[in-house]
Amino acid sequence: MSTLGVAFHEGAVVAKRNLRMILRVPELLVNAAVAPIMMTLLFGFVIGGAIELDGVSYREFLMDGIFVQAVLFSAVNTGTVIASDITTGIVDRLRSMPISRSAVLMGRTSSDVVNNLVVVVVTAVLGLVIGWRVRTSFLDALLGFVVLLVFAYALSWLMAVVGLAMRVPEVVSSTGFTIAIPLGFLSNAYVPIDTMPGVLQAVAAWNPISAVVQALRDLFGNMPANAVRPDAWPMQHPVAASLLWIVVLLAVFIPLATRQYWKAVSR
Amino acid sequence: MTDAIVAEGLGKRFDEVTALDGLDMVVPEGTITGLLGPNGAGKSTTVRLLTTLMTPDSGRAEVAGLDVVTRAAEVRRVISLSGQHTAVDGNLTGFENLEMLGELLHLGRRRARTRADELLARFDLVEVAGRRVKDYSGGTRRRLDLAASLIRTPAVLFLDEPTTGLDTRSRMGLWDTITELVAGGTTLLLTTQYLEEADRLADQVVVVDGGRVVARGTPHELKREVAGERLEITVAPGADAAAARAALAGVGTGAVVVDDLGRHFSVPVDDGVDALLAGAHALRAAGVPVVDAAVRTPTLDDVFLALTDKDQEYSG
Repeated sequence: MSTLGVAFHEGAVVAKRNLRMILRVPELLVNAAVAPIMMTLLFGFVIGGAIELDGVSYREFLMDGIFVQAVLFSAVNTGTVIASDITTGIVDRLRSMPISRSAVLMGRTSSDVVNNLVVVVVTAVLGLVIGWRVRTSFLDALLGFVVLLVFAYALSWLMAVVGLAMRVPEVVSSTGFTIAIPLGFLSNAYVPIDTMPGVLQAVAAWNPISAVVQALRDLFGNMPANAVRPDAWPMQHPVAASLLWIVVLLAVFIPLATRQYWKAVSR
Repeated sequence: MTDAIVAEGLGKRFDEVTALDGLDMVVPEGTITGLLGPNGAGKSTTVRLLTTLMTPDSGRAEVAGLDVVTRAAEVRRVISLSGQHTAVDGNLTGFENLEMLGELLHLGRRRARTRADELLARFDLVEVAGRRVKDYSGGTRRRLDLAASLIRTPAVLFLDEPTTGLDTRSRMGLWDTITELVAGGTTLLLTTQYLEEADRLADQVVVVDGGRVVARGTPHELKREVAGERLEITVAPGADAAAARAALAGVGTGAVVVDDLGRHFSVPVDDGVDALLAGAHALRAAGVPVVDAAVRTPTLDDVFLALTDKDQEYSG
């Protein structure tokens, strides 16, 4: 077997263990799914009434933001679980075995794709109930969900780095949310960017979250094609920008996490 | 005979704490070495360095002839580690744990399962194989942990405090298991803070304290070297104490100690059995009636306390 094949096989074995864990300890997944439900209800029914949009219902506009916020919160779980995994003896055993350096992280981030899938499905069902619809073709919708899940995968690696840097699950969780909440709100997820003050508009337009949210709005048809959008390149080409952000996140955080994993566990 | 483990001047610091301060050690192939020391002596750090989990700041080490730093990947192919924290997954069953590790070792799914079944049978775990490990008792979990380190037969097996926290019965059960294990020729490095454990299992004991080796030898040698054997004699009531003392002075290698009643005598000796016979003979010749005579070999506890307690002056 090639080196890559070996790493893939070992990652798959670890992922299988993690998936078993979802069934054994479903609380983790339930918690991850509760966050988007709560945000949807709070913004859709409490805050949303005060927000007026031209030509589109706020709840429909909101759901695309919730999708991205949901996977962002779910990624924090990745970091927390990695932090608690590395404090158990099992990681010592795995590291003393002849297995590839990235097997544990590969396994974790790939099994979290399943977590994210569940979270996205729950969010989509809730969206359908409150009036969100896919108004484009099946292929566009499919592309939208693929972009969302691949972006979620990249976020898992980012939060893995946080988990490995902080090492204490409680600290990882609070740090993770300290990153995730402003990142989510400083974007077009909840309100249109043009309602923000000038400096924040620039930040929000270049925030990777905004690119993905905008890509979803375009691919699901949740925003009129003629609606005004910021001139920033990522907002004009959100799908390309999303893919680019995904590549950048993966290229930065996979090597960083792998290096940190070895540093963290060899202390 | 070649050496399975060679460590030369191993040093490791954590911030301000020196965990290892130039540790030297040799473990011949096919033997059991007990690394004995109090908490914080550097036992676990030694194991972590030898099993490639950490790299030393100074010094070098080889396991099975392979440098643990430059050839770490090869070292991992020939060792197994059963660490201080039980390294099995609480949310998986015993079978699933072993199956997972087998698959990680590229046994293939079918072979991993067969191997899991073999090990469960060998470690008397068949009954609990389908239960989640978090519901296991401490002793059962350690047995599983040990089984997990034997999915492949390692050339060198590291057991880091395998019986810490276990009750006496489980501990003795685990000792039997370990004894059977090494009958197969595996080299074993075992860390422990239990003297009885080192005494029971180890061919060679290396005593560490403050990150250095303070003594080494067979349990028997250590006991003799550090504390020495003593001839202990009790004479009948009313016997001539002065005559007894004179007689025993002739067979001992040091001062004769007498208790307040003048009936119990203790003297350091070289060769216990010869000294016992000579002492009995000398006392009989002096006309002193003896009611009890014994050679007391110090326990490893004596050795341990003498070597690791810095405040205590020890002359032996």
